[in-house]
Amino acid sequence: MSTETVNEAHDSDDGHDAHHEHHIPKGLLRWLFTTNHKDIGTLYLWFAFIMFLIGGAMAMVIRAELFQPGLQIVDPHFFNQMTTVHGLIMVFGAVMPAFTGLANWLVPMMIGAPDMALPRMNNWSFWILPFAFLILLSSLFMDGGGPAFGWTFYAPLSTQYSGDSTALFVFSVHIMGISSIMGAINVVVTILNMRAPGMTYMKMPLFVWTWLITAFLLIAVMPVLAGAVTMVLTDKFFGTSFFDAAGGGDPVMFQHIFWFFGHPEVYIMILPAFGIISAIVPTFSRKKLFGYASMVYATASIALLSFIVWAHHMFTTGMPVAAEMFFMFATMLISVPTGVKVFNWVATMWRGSLTFEVPMMFAIAFIVLFTIGGLSGLMLAITPADFQYHDTYFVVAHFHYVLVTGAVFSIMAAVYYWLPKWTGKMFDITLGKWHFWCSLISVNLLFFPMHFVGLAGMPRRIPDYALQFADINKWVSIGGFAFGLSQLIFLVLIIKACRKIGEPVSDQVWEGAEGLEWEIPSPAPYHTFETPPFIK
Amino acid sequence: MNRISTLLTGVMLAFSNSAIATTAAERSDLNLRPGVSDISLEVYDLHMLMFWICVVIGVLVFGVMFYSMVMHRKSTGAKPANFHENVKVEVLWTIIPFVILIAMAWPAATTLIAMEDTSEADVTILVTGSQWKWHYKYQDNPDVEFFSLLATQQEQINNKFTKGENYLLEVDRPLVIPTGKKVRFLITSDDVIHSWWVPDFAIKKDANPGFINEAWTNVNEPGIYRGQCAELCGKDHGFMPIVVIAKGPAEYSTWLQEQETAAIRANEEEQRLLAMNMSMDELMTQGKKVYDTACVACHQANGGGLPPMFPALKGSKIAMEKQNIPVHIDYIINGKNNMPAFGKQLTMSEIAAVVTYERNAWGNNTGDMVQAKDVNLMINGK
Repeated sequence: MSTETVNEAHDSDDGHDAHHEHHIPKGLLRWLFTTNHKDIGTLYLWFAFIMFLIGGAMAMVIRAELFQPGLQIVDPHFFNQMTTVHGLIMVFGAVMPAFTGLANWLVPMMIGAPDMALPRMNNWSFWILPFAFLILLSSLFMDGGGPAFGWTFYAPLSTQYSGDSTALFVFSVHIMGISSIMGAINVVVTILNMRAPGMTYMKMPLFVWTWLITAFLLIAVMPVLAGAVTMVLTDKFFGTSFFDAAGGGDPVMFQHIFWFFGHPEVYIMILPAFGIISAIVPTFSRKKLFGYASMVYATASIALLSFIVWAHHMFTTGMPVAAEMFFMFATMLISVPTGVKVFNWVATMWRGSLTFEVPMMFAIAFIVLFTIGGLSGLMLAITPADFQYHDTYFVVAHFHYVLVTGAVFSIMAAVYYWLPKWTGKMFDITLGKWHFWCSLISVNLLFFPMHFVGLAGMPRRIPDYALQFADINKWVSIGGFAFGLSQLIFLVLIIKACRKIGEPVSDQVWEGAEGLEWEIPSPAPYHTFETPPFIK
Repeated sequence: MNRISTLLTGVMLAFSNSAIATTAAERSDLNLRPGVSDISLEVYDLHMLMFWICVVIGVLVFGVMFYSMVMHRKSTGAKPANFHENVKVEVLWTIIPFVILIAMAWPAATTLIAMEDTSEADVTILVTGSQWKWHYKYQDNPDVEFFSLLATQQEQINNKFTKGENYLLEVDRPLVIPTGKKVRFLITSDDVIHSWWVPDFAIKKDANPGFINEAWTNVNEPGIYRGQCAELCGKDHGFMPIVVIAKGPAEYSTWLQEQETAAIRANEEEQRLLAMNMSMDELMTQGKKVYDTACVACHQANGGGLPPMFPALKGSKIAMEKQNIPVHIDYIINGKNNMPAFGKQLTMSEIAAVVTYERNAWGNNTGDMVQAKDVNLMINGK
């Protein structure tokens, strides 16, 4: 996780791989030029964490404004910029890069490969990201402000009625998309071609499986997003009418295109999480994953179904009743493979020999809270009820349960699980437990009551609200501030870990951990599996 | 179902220290409203059915997990079992959820089909959203049409006055519909996408520019029902509420007749004003009233605006230079960039007054006066 890693690896393996290390620059340039999957993984993870804190700061602005009814802190136009950029940053800047970072670190180590298949492209796909977000964030300081049309940028609000910064928004999304596609191609090529001898598909760890499927989803839908933003660009600046009824276009078509990307995107942000939890639960249950094959098939089914459910985001747009029925039934169907996953984790824990180290605490919280998000998702699938839930805080609660206590908790679980392998030192367990308990309590205070205000009728994306929502919003805001502050504990813990403070760990790190990454030394040397291992 | 609301209320009391004053069945601050139409009741029952199924699933799954977490701990000497993969169990936990899904899908589909059947309506109302107000037009009585704007004072929003009971949920002219009749809403928009949502009717339908959506209700009880725009529609998305008053059929007819008469009278009044000149004082008083409802949200009470999205009027070329008077009037009638068109919403005398006001308030002191007939010339003269 830091410069020391390479120096130590360098010193200890000097004679062996001198030709690799010979030209490695020191300091900043090393990070700029690196093609090493571990370095790039570290870059992605740090980038994601910084974006998580920036996006989180915007959430704090939102919650501060919503602390009381009335306008106190920001004007409605800036409030809309905050909700928009918060969403974009968390989705494209925090969750997705964090998973790509984990894939970079872990996929080669899990399949016995020396590195990613396309190391230079790997460097490139990371280093364009900071520019994408620099462009997006700088647009906030433009005349007229940044994008204020929601992260879903529905036309015509984002075309005829948006500010000039829309162009910057479009270009930054393009760059994010290119980065994601390159990252995904790298993962696919690596997994298909660079598995160690004997590592058949059905022997791959589930994290590798879930990422392989995620990568295919990315390659399938990121170009669709690119198409959507390009059409917004030409509608706004070059006189086309894709989404303008006056010119023969259709604003609802925008939503179809966006959600054809958007729904698989949701699974892009949760499938790798399934892989992480499927690695952690067996380790701390000291028992094999209950149904490996059914987990693989469930992941594949979820990915396939994700392409035929997009319009459940659009039940109120006025679709024909037959279409509403189709999307309702298809959406409900997704709960079957998702249920299989949850049942599998529970069956793995059943009659295991359980211990509750920090990664396991996060994994268990994930299972419970993600399932709550899944169940509210099932309620949202029911079209007549969705007419009431749609665009209220009930939806906000739902997707924050699956994205924060789902995706983000799984990323934290993953960091706690593999961090000792990366640094060779155990992290500060006391801080880790504080981080867990503070996060768990505050995140539920933050998101659980949102279900209630949503049901009672509070729309989302409003800077001010009617008086009957005041009490709950106050508590939600307090939960929000507490959750934000709790992440500073995590920051301290990570900095300590990067500075190699802590007890040295064994190669296996966790009793019960299985897989190739636990057979190499701790900390993982700069280069691993230069000669492939043989898998029995 | 009252028990459920009470239960939820109990749970939430831990969070909320305020007295929850409403009767649970009428309006809960914590749960969906049962509403006032047969359909909305069906939707409510569907919601509660789903809710309880989810609770039962949650209790079962988490129950098994928590049992395991307590009984199968390494610290209490649990030894790991060695079982995995069991076709019977795996088929079962695929089939059972599937059956539950079918049990949910059946009532959902039935309700959905009923909700989407807008045929044979007794009353049809055209609902048009625009930034940031609603316009209602009675299709069977074409003279009756009006805009419906937020009635909450700006001072309440800016925390200068105490907030009223219906803060942000009150409008100047509510929509009025009859009870016991099938009322059909044709929903569309003049600019961006809005969404017309009245929770008590279980109606939420997007207003798409260039397209018309349909929805319907048949309200069982007279009363005042409040909702809000549900789709992000720009800066003042949070400030375009919906208020619907349901009246008994007889009362409704009386109201409708009054509206028709009033519409005719207003038309005559407009013609009268066209023929006369108003004094500076009259124009300024009337103009400030118009400004405070139609313009203040963007251009602000001090005329300073929120530049650059919402430019200042104070000291602006358009509002100060004599040759720009036609431009000034034109922007108000037809809109410009982010500014919506007000030609439909304001009468000619109101436009004349607000133009005069903007040219003489906040130190603009141009002394320019614009009369209704000048506006008429702009609209009908070319």
